[in-house]
Amino acid sequence: MQSTTWIPFFPEAASSFAWQVDLLYFYLIAVSVAFSIPIVVAIFFFAIRYREVEKFATPDEMHGSMVLETVWSIIPFVVSMTIFLGGAIVYFNQYEPPDDAMEIFVVGKQWMWKVQHQTGQREINELHVPVGKKIKLTMTTEDVLHDFFVPAFRTKIDAVPGRYTYLWFEPTVTGKFHLFCAEYCGLNHSGMGGSVYVMEQRDFDNWLSGNVAGQTPVEQGKDLFMNKLGCASCHTGGPAQRGAKLEGIFNHEVKLVGGQTVTADDQYIRNSILNPTSQIVDGFQPIMPTFKGQVTEEQLNALVAYIKSLSPNAPAASAPAAPAAGANTDSANKAPARSAANSSK
Amino acid sequence: MSAEETITSGYGGTKLNYLTNGTTLKSWLLTKDHKRIAIMYLITVSLFFMMGGLYAAAIRLELLTPNSDLFQTATYNKVFTQHGVLMIFFFLLPAIPAVLGNFLLPLMIGAKDLALPRINLLSLYIYWIGGVLALWALMQGGVDTGWTFYTPYSTTFSNSYVMLVGLGVFINGFSSILTGLNFIVTIHTMRAPGMTWFRLPLFVWAHYAVSLVMILGTPVVAITILLLAIERVAHVGIFDPAIGGDPILFQHLFWFYSHPAVYIMILPGMGVVSELISNFARKKIFGYEFIAFSSIAIAVFGFLVWGHHMFVSGQSIYASLVFSFLTMVVAVPSAIKMFNWTATLYKGSISFDTPMLYAIGFMGLFLIGGLTGLFLGSIGLTVHLTDTYFVVAHFHYVMVGGQVIAYLGGIHYWWPKMTGRMYSEFWGKISAMLVFVGFNLTFFPQFILGYLGMPRRYAAYPPEFQVLNIFSTAGASVLGIGLLLPVVYLVHSLFFGKKAGDNPWMHPGLEWRTSSPPPTENFEKMPVVTWDAYEFGEGSGMDLEGARQREALQA
Repeated sequence: MQSTTWIPFFPEAASSFAWQVDLLYFYLIAVSVAFSIPIVVAIFFFAIRYREVEKFATPDEMHGSMVLETVWSIIPFVVSMTIFLGGAIVYFNQYEPPDDAMEIFVVGKQWMWKVQHQTGQREINELHVPVGKKIKLTMTTEDVLHDFFVPAFRTKIDAVPGRYTYLWFEPTVTGKFHLFCAEYCGLNHSGMGGSVYVMEQRDFDNWLSGNVAGQTPVEQGKDLFMNKLGCASCHTGGPAQRGAKLEGIFNHEVKLVGGQTVTADDQYIRNSILNPTSQIVDGFQPIMPTFKGQVTEEQLNALVAYIKSLSPNAPAASAPAAPAAGANTDSANKAPARSAANSSK
Repeated sequence: MSAEETITSGYGGTKLNYLTNGTTLKSWLLTKDHKRIAIMYLITVSLFFMMGGLYAAAIRLELLTPNSDLFQTATYNKVFTQHGVLMIFFFLLPAIPAVLGNFLLPLMIGAKDLALPRINLLSLYIYWIGGVLALWALMQGGVDTGWTFYTPYSTTFSNSYVMLVGLGVFINGFSSILTGLNFIVTIHTMRAPGMTWFRLPLFVWAHYAVSLVMILGTPVVAITILLLAIERVAHVGIFDPAIGGDPILFQHLFWFYSHPAVYIMILPGMGVVSELISNFARKKIFGYEFIAFSSIAIAVFGFLVWGHHMFVSGQSIYASLVFSFLTMVVAVPSAIKMFNWTATLYKGSISFDTPMLYAIGFMGLFLIGGLTGLFLGSIGLTVHLTDTYFVVAHFHYVMVGGQVIAYLGGIHYWWPKMTGRMYSEFWGKISAMLVFVGFNLTFFPQFILGYLGMPRRYAAYPPEFQVLNIFSTAGASVLGIGLLLPVVYLVHSLFFGKKAGDNPWMHPGLEWRTSSPPPTENFEKMPVVTWDAYEFGEGSGMDLEGARQREALQA
């Protein structure tokens, strides 16, 4: 493990925004010291200077001072606002994933992290990523709340059952870093973790291609859609089909029965699979059965990825999925090609 | 008050006081006397504190080494849950209001009792029932959800005694509501002639603020636990997404109560410290109105910041922005208190008796606890810090450093009033210093552990965190000794302590203008207040010269 700092008792910093978090941390330490020293000095000074000389003395009364009260209300307020603003800026950096990030799926489960890359490569309690690339994790959980926490990246996010949460980071240093589950999740909570390996691009490509096992999420989703779950029987077939048309809808506005519109993002697609009658696309009957309990979280991810791949020109975030859509034959060769495309950004 | 009265009215003297007026068990269990109820709270609260402390010791022992070698993880999870549940619901929440508040509020405002004495006894029984249920669950096998009972773990996945503990907490909540109600009615209706709102001791103001939080906040946690029970028992989809619920909803409801609850724990402590600092500097507290209103401000803003527990839950980043802003605003009234306490010392006549050592310790710990709250309120930073040991350290500084230290200071300060006896000043000072040193040694390293990334609620951890954990465990043993000492010398003082006299600190407050221990009806005749709070000089009408002469004779 590589150390990037000379300060003892300080964690490694290995993501593009880690320095901002550290800067905020040092600013707050400075503020704390600046507030504490005068108060502590004053307490000690008064304690010694005004030590009792006569038992039950009655020193002169002082009732207070409007000027002092105003000053020591305004100063903490102004200082706390600078802390708030600094925190807000860093927070936006941490939680707004860039559009061109490489997407990786993460599913939490008591008590392991299941990771799947775009090429289909899976890993458990380990995450391999290339250095210098923006990575976006799309995350959910099969059971209880978990929390994906990499201290060296200075970020974390809860994995929440029934919905997707997102985490992004850009690793800046190669090495092996702790991965923890930070949200208490039951018996083996403290064992639910592992390592994030940040690798040079070439090493990452080798790792990725050397271990291709099974289908890509898109392939898996297509297989589920066409063969295993029977989605195709309603959702393909041209103008006469019974179910809504899925081609080209991703990240576009969809008109619903009742006149509202909704953006067909991954959250909406997931909900439509699990609660098909809740938001019906205008012009269709509420005839689709629910797939709740029949598909796992990983299969849901695959289905979402497949439906995403049907919209190659979707406005945002779908870029990484698009090339994989055609990668039906040799995904091992595709991975480096896509990585190279990303690195040109 | 003459010297003869002072001597004869002490504990064991000829006059009947609240302790000697009836000695049967029945006279205690059916009492309507707020002071007896306070003493019964004192005993039970202390027992819960000791049990919670034993769990804390077990946690620190386990964390001495990186592996989970002392307990199985299943046991460890139950141990930290029980520690949290016992400490928060059965010690920290009731400690100062139910013990010191109950004992002192009527005395301080010149009332014979609380406005609703039977309700007061009822709240004690409700507390006992809740406590017995929690202990019963513990004997049945315990609970492993953490004291926060997050869903869906608590509703679907935990096989432990969630419902039983939940019921205990639910029932206990009513005790809190009734106490708050009683305090508010009492403060509004029972003040002695001349005791205007701005003559109230700040202890009373703090309890007024905290009572508002108890009444408005506690029902929400009761409803939350009820919903949890409905889901767990009847499988109605409220929190579990598998049956149509929303796990984040639970967090909203839970923290809507539990964040204000933090202020239930800290505000009374601030009230106590205001009394102590004023008394031992022998000065009117600086900026009385600002301290009073800052208590109310903290209580009000405390209701608006619950979302800062959910910065990494996936909630909208704009919601986080608002909650972060409001959290920062709470820093201001807290800072106002800190500055005013410090300013009170200026040109005082400061003595360092045991309660004052605790009060100064409180200021130091609350300073650290409050400032680290800013770290956690700043959203960009808290993403890294939340759910780590930084949070553990922060809330221990606020809740233990703030509440327990103030509670101990208050117990020492009013001990002569409650029992009529003085404790050993020597051992008192030793214990106050051991607690301060032990506390810092225990919890300060945890800030560093947190920034390094050690998550909380871990039975085992990576080996590089061990050194700091060893410091922490070593500190915990010092803290443990510091906390056990008062049990010994305070009990000792009950039998062998020097008689205290009615007003050992020569304080103008009404509670010091009756005998020690006070008679059942508090005052022989209704007091009329003609002096402001903390008026130590001539205006208070106290016989300072006489007291000085007595002191000189004894010395």
